[in-house]
Order: sequence, then structure tokens, then C-alpha cells
Amino acid sequence: MMLDAETLQLVGMKFLFALLMVGAVMTMAGYSVLAERKVSAWMQGRVGPNRTVLPYVQYIPILGPFLRGLGIFQPLADGLKFLFKEEIVPGHVNKLYYYMAPLVALVPALTTMTVLPFGEFFHDNGESFPLILADLEVGILFILAVSSLGVYGIVLAGWSSNSKYPFLGGIRSSAQMISYELAMGLSLLPVFLWVSEPGSGLSALSLTGIVASQAESTWLIIVQPVSALIFLIALFAETNRLPFDMPESETDLVGGFHTEYGSFKFGIFFVAEYAHIVVGSAIFTAIFLGGWHVFPWVADPWPENWLGSLLGVGCFLTKTVLLIFFFIWIRWTLPRFRYDQVMHLGWVRLLPLALVNLVFYVILVSWLDQPVATN
Amino acid sequence: MNMVDFLFYVFATLSVGGGLLMVFSRHPVPAALFMIVSMVGVAALFVILEAFFLAILQVLVYAGAVMVLFLFIIMLLDVGPEGGKAWRVKFLSGFMGIVFVGLLVLSLLDIGLDRSSSLAWPALEEGVMVNGESLVFSASVKNFGYGLFAKYMLPLQVSGFLLLAAMVGVIILSKKSSASEEV
Repeated sequence: MMLDAETLQLVGMKFLFALLMVGAVMTMAGYSVLAERKVSAWMQGRVGPNRTVLPYVQYIPILGPFLRGLGIFQPLADGLKFLFKEEIVPGHVNKLYYYMAPLVALVPALTTMTVLPFGEFFHDNGESFPLILADLEVGILFILAVSSLGVYGIVLAGWSSNSKYPFLGGIRSSAQMISYELAMGLSLLPVFLWVSEPGSGLSALSLTGIVASQAESTWLIIVQPVSALIFLIALFAETNRLPFDMPESETDLVGGFHTEYGSFKFGIFFVAEYAHIVVGSAIFTAIFLGGWHVFPWVADPWPENWLGSLLGVGCFLTKTVLLIFFFIWIRWTLPRFRYDQVMHLGWVRLLPLALVNLVFYVILVSWLDQPVATN
Repeated sequence: MNMVDFLFYVFATLSVGGGLLMVFSRHPVPAALFMIVSMVGVAALFVILEAFFLAILQVLVYAGAVMVLFLFIIMLLDVGPEGGKAWRVKFLSGFMGIVFVGLLVLSLLDIGLDRSSSLAWPALEEGVMVNGESLVFSASVKNFGYGLFAKYMLPLQVSGFLLLAAMVGVIILSKKSSASEEV
């Protein structure tokens, strides 16, 4: 292979950036677990994790007890616990696929973030580049494609466990994925139409193009509230969050697809679920909430230099964190659907609604673009 | 051997190996999984050819949707090892496989295995096909769209109509069987 210094440097930098990004998302996933415990405790009038602390930190005057009360070290303790637990493999499982399933669940969640723009870098000569690992022309399709592969982790876990309840969980998961993927794709079509109207010159299939178009006009959640609603509901279903957590509903399936999993293998499933939520929230932010631009209709109030990029990234992260809170809030507010209700909602309500929404925006966009077309 | 060649051999091995393992696995669930591996390998080959759109469609439609349905049906029917494979079906599929490999070899012989000519061929031919229209042969999504909805509108409509007919047929067949069960 031809590996000169330049190629090596390029590959090395990409590798480093990818590692940083994985680190950031995994940290966020770990802390959303903590957020889930704290928010649920808060909603139920409890305290939540408030004992874990690193040695000697509690002796720092005011800060120590405060950090302890926040439970800020809890994710560390949880991770260690998963690592040091006894590794139990039930005798009746299909070993190869049993070990593969958690990885298959985690990898797509981490792969989707390669095409996720989270900010803007302003160069000294006035140019600006989006902060993104790979600015793919068909970024959204990439996200849809890769996230649809995530279901195989659950299906594999259900099948290889060789046991009734995980199996049912796997089947439910695949049925749910097929049903809601359709609504999700259809809810994005009006967005593509809106962004790539004649003369805009933006590529609607890349997330950077969508964010740029929102900076020019306004947030897409204001222009297309129905698309945003359908996308959000489908996102809940695709991330297996309550009220759609059919594959692991404890009341009727024991533990669902991960009934037979313990120790670190269960930990990977757990982290994968939260990584899905983090990446899903970030995608929703980029598509419907204006990305790293702070207000609808208003140009960014910050200067176009390093400070501006930092504030932009901060703005993106704030919106993402608020959406993660929304995910948690819904989980501890709404009861779980019954399985037939999930299917009914997907096929009878969401799919026709998404189709009507699409036809409406087809007519609207063609009507709005009429003067341009006659010229 | 440069980077692209190396990656080509990696992903070609992945797709062909996945296909072989699919054919030779005894249980249908691993077979379906190997088919997914093979499809992802083909998608990676599309990426090497810089046809990102095709690559993503390959993953989105086949690996992401069709194979989920396959797995769903396999699991729902609980097909065991060697389930549902009569020897006649085996013979027919083997025969068809040999026929298709033969056709592939014939077509390869026709265009020639010379690398430079096989790479240059599509762009040239496309230019003749487009013939005056403003279609440029490229892998970008916009050109796919213009091609599909302008030049190839009629074939697109016809294939859509065929799919619609197939769908109506499936609905009629499944309705019939459930009605006869009720009686």
C-alpha cells in the first residue's frame, strides 16, 4: 500500500476526530442515564443517586457535597459495576450470535454520528466550514439507512437467547421498526421539498444544507409542525423508548430482548439505547430546530470567529440536551401502549397523516414556486 | 496496490464470502444474516465507485427493510434447519445459479475484462444515450432525480404500475384465504 506522510496524517486526524466524537457521545449517553435517574426521582418526589463520590472529593468545602448530591460520579460507578460483575452465559444460547448482538446494537448508533454537523468553524478569511466528520451529500439517507440496521442487534439478541420472551421481543422490534420507518421517511420528504426549492441551490439531502436553509429563513418546526411531530413520534418508536418500548416491556416480557443478558453485555445494550437517544436528539435538532443557530428569524448575535463557533456548538448542545430531557420527561409521564395499539398508531394514524402532509406540502411548494417556474 | 484496491479486495471478499456462507448455512436465520453482510459489502463497493446514493439505497432498502421483513417472517414461521427445501427446489435453484453465472461470464467476455475499457465504457455510452438532453452522467443525487423523472418517466411509471398490480394481487389472495377460513 502507498502510505506517504500526508495520507497517514489525514487518516490519523480523521481517526482522532472520530475518537473524540465517540468519546463525546458516549459521555453524553452515560450522563443521560444519570439524568434519567435524577429526573425520574424528581418527578416521583424522590432524591435519586446522591451517594457516589470519588475519594476525598467530599472534603472540598461547598463543592464536594454539592457534586455528591448531584450524583455526578454515578455513571463511573455504574460502568465499573458492569465491568466487574460475574459474566454469566446461559447454557441454552447460541454463543456466537449471543456475543455479537450487543455490538450490532451499538455500532449503528455510533456510526450515524459521522454525518452529524454540530457547529460551524469560521476561518480567518471569512469562509466557514461545518463541524462534521464526513459531509456526505446524502447525509440524511445515510442516517436512515444505518439506523435501520440497529434493529438487527435486538433481533439477534432475541433469537440467539433461545428463550421465549427475548424471542417475542425480537419479533416485536422488527415489526415495529418496519412500521415506523415508513412514517419517518415520509415525514422527511416535505422537508426535502421545502429546502431544495428551485433556486435555493442547497442540497436538501445533507444535514448541513438543511441547517443552512433554516438560517436563511426560519426553523423547520415552525414551517412544518406536522412533519416534526411525525418524525418525533417515529424517533421515539425507533429508539425503543417508552411509550413504544415493546421489545423490552417489563410487564409482559420479563426483560424483553435482553432477558438472558448480564454484566457488560447488558451494559452495552443499555449504552446503545442511550446513544440512540443522544444521536436522535441531535438529528432532530439539526433538521427541525435550526441546528447551531440560536433563534428563529434572527441572525446569530455572536461574532464570526472562534467565539462564535464555540457559542454555536454550545447552542446545539443545549438544544440536544433539552430534547434528551423531553425524551425522559415523556417516559416518566405516559403509560406504555399495548402492542396492537402501537401497530394501529403506526399504520392507521401516522402513515396516512404523513401521506396527507406530503401531498399538502407538494401542493404548497409548487404553488409558492409558481412565479419562478413561469419565468 | 493502493488504498482503493486494497479496500476493493476487502469488501469484495466480504460480499462474495457472505453470499457463499448464506448458501451453505443450514439454518435460515444465519443465512439471512450472511445475506445482510453480503449486501453491506456490495454497498461498500458502490462507495468505492463513488456512487454514494446507490450504496445508501442498497443498505436502506435491502439490508434495512427487506431483510428485516425476511427475518421477521422466518422467525414468525419458526423455520428450522433445512426447513422448506424440497430437492426439486434445490435442483431448480442450483440450475438457475449455474445459468446466471454463465450469463455473467458471457457478458464479461463481451465487454472485455480489460480494466481501462470497462471503466471508460459507461460514461461514453451514456453520452450517446442522452443525446442532446442536458443529462450528465454522474453519481450525484440530483442527476438521478432528473434522469428518473424526466428521461425515464415512462419506465418509472410502468414499473410503479407493476408494483401496484402485485400489491393488489397479494391483497386479493390473502383476503380470499381468510374468507374461506371463516366459512
